[in-house]
Amino acid sequence: MITADRKPLDEIIALVGDNKKVLVAGCDTCVAICLTGGEKEAEILASELRIKAEQDGRAVEVEHTAAIRQCEWEYLDMIAGKVEAADVVVSMACGIGIQSMAEKFAPKIVVPAVNTNMLGMPQEHAVWLERCGACGECVIGETAGICPVVRCSKSLMNGPCGGSHDGKCEVTTPEKEDIDCAWALIWERLKSQGREEMMYINRPPKNWSKSSSGGPRKMVREEAKPV
Amino acid sequence: MTATEYKAGSNLEKILAAGTFAVTGECGPPKSADGSVIEDKAKILKGFVDAVNITDNQTAVVRVCSMVSGYQAQQNGLEAIMQMTCRDRNRLAMQADILGASVLGIKNILCLTGDHMSFGNHPEAKGVHDLDAINLIKMYKDMRDEAKFQCGEDMAVAPRLYIGCAENPFGDPFEFRALRLRKKVEAGADFMQTQCIFNVPKFKKWMEEVRAIGLHKEVKILAGITPIKGAGMANYMKKFVPGMDVPQEIVDRIAAKEKGAAQQAEGKALAVEMIKEIAEIEGVAGVHMMAVEWEPAVPEIVEAAGLLPRPAVA
Repeated sequence: MITADRKPLDEIIALVGDNKKVLVAGCDTCVAICLTGGEKEAEILASELRIKAEQDGRAVEVEHTAAIRQCEWEYLDMIAGKVEAADVVVSMACGIGIQSMAEKFAPKIVVPAVNTNMLGMPQEHAVWLERCGACGECVIGETAGICPVVRCSKSLMNGPCGGSHDGKCEVTTPEKEDIDCAWALIWERLKSQGREEMMYINRPPKNWSKSSSGGPRKMVREEAKPV
Repeated sequence: MTATEYKAGSNLEKILAAGTFAVTGECGPPKSADGSVIEDKAKILKGFVDAVNITDNQTAVVRVCSMVSGYQAQQNGLEAIMQMTCRDRNRLAMQADILGASVLGIKNILCLTGDHMSFGNHPEAKGVHDLDAINLIKMYKDMRDEAKFQCGEDMAVAPRLYIGCAENPFGDPFEFRALRLRKKVEAGADFMQTQCIFNVPKFKKWMEEVRAIGLHKEVKILAGITPIKGAGMANYMKKFVPGMDVPQEIVDRIAAKEKGAAQQAEGKALAVEMIKEIAEIEGVAGVHMMAVEWEPAVPEIVEAAGLLPRPAVA
């Protein structure tokens, strides 16, 4: 799923600026599952904004709502009334949802309340790990189902660098936690599959033009277009 | 071997091709536009090493670029081994820079992945990592041998390069480490330098694996030696430098001496002992002296190890 982290309250308040009517819009899909931007979190943020405004002596009206998915036009139609009534929309959706909202209701001002950070999976309750870089050319069929593009800190395609130690990457997360070395994981899983010779192959340079390096991507499914 | 049979015709290539035990050194460019630093370091090392690595933003800290510093070293009579990391350049820049380096007369190139940005002074930088070190070796080999760019286009004049790589015998998974060197050799590496060796028994074990797959006959292996300047440095490397294996007894041996000159003397003595022991290992073609910001120690160590005079190459 797409995961996101909420921005600090002060940053959100700065983005809202002098606008008087604020709509906090949650999204009940990915960001709700990662406990960041669903209806419940939208309600909480709306309360925080109201309390802070009162403390600061600012007259601000704050409403909240949520779309089932902010990234689809039909679901945005369902909250159109509330959006039209607001001066500014504080969107708690991922970057896709926020942009859909801004495009659908332009020139309405739409600002983000979250930082979208990854395509991740819940490893355990309340812990998500990055799993996919949407690089446009999946290689995990050769790497035992483990993505070296995002799970190796250097996106290496031919095995671990010299900084792999005891199964850990030389890099630690910004939270100072250990990261598993993707290539140590790949090596162990390939061995368990009896396919370690797949690590011996020299993979050619990756075609990054299929990733965001090739410019903004577009996907068209001709067969699915309405006739 | 005639001049045309050499891949690049560098001093280093000729010495290794002749089967002479080679000695390479290392020079870190300065963190400012000070043009005198490499000149001064080159004067210290000239005559004591066959070629010198010019590091490329080592430990992800910005310094004078390795191409200009390599050129400066050569202007001062010391052959350069220009380091190139995949961290800071994409395939366009890496090809442009090797053409430029070749035009400037640089013949030895060392292909590296590079330390991660998070270790350096610009941890917010975007890492490039368009290619990995194995891709980089292959790309340079194809430029040299096929006169082709990575995209497949032909070039009129191919660069003449002696292509090196690094390998860390102390990285994990250990059982993959010799196989990773094989990938680099298959990609086109002519020589390789190891990470600093402090754990000699483990290095011997790795060399056994290397010999078992015959790699010592396909690539010239230079063993990395770093003289330890003091117990503080030993501890720092043990704890904080990625991929470093510093056994506790090494730290203890240095720490047992009085801080200062006595620890430095012990560090140099240890380096000499290690060179002598490692030189006996089958398949080791030379040593790579990495005296980090301690270049003046190198001449003394090389002499004490019985590696002088360095051969004059025609």
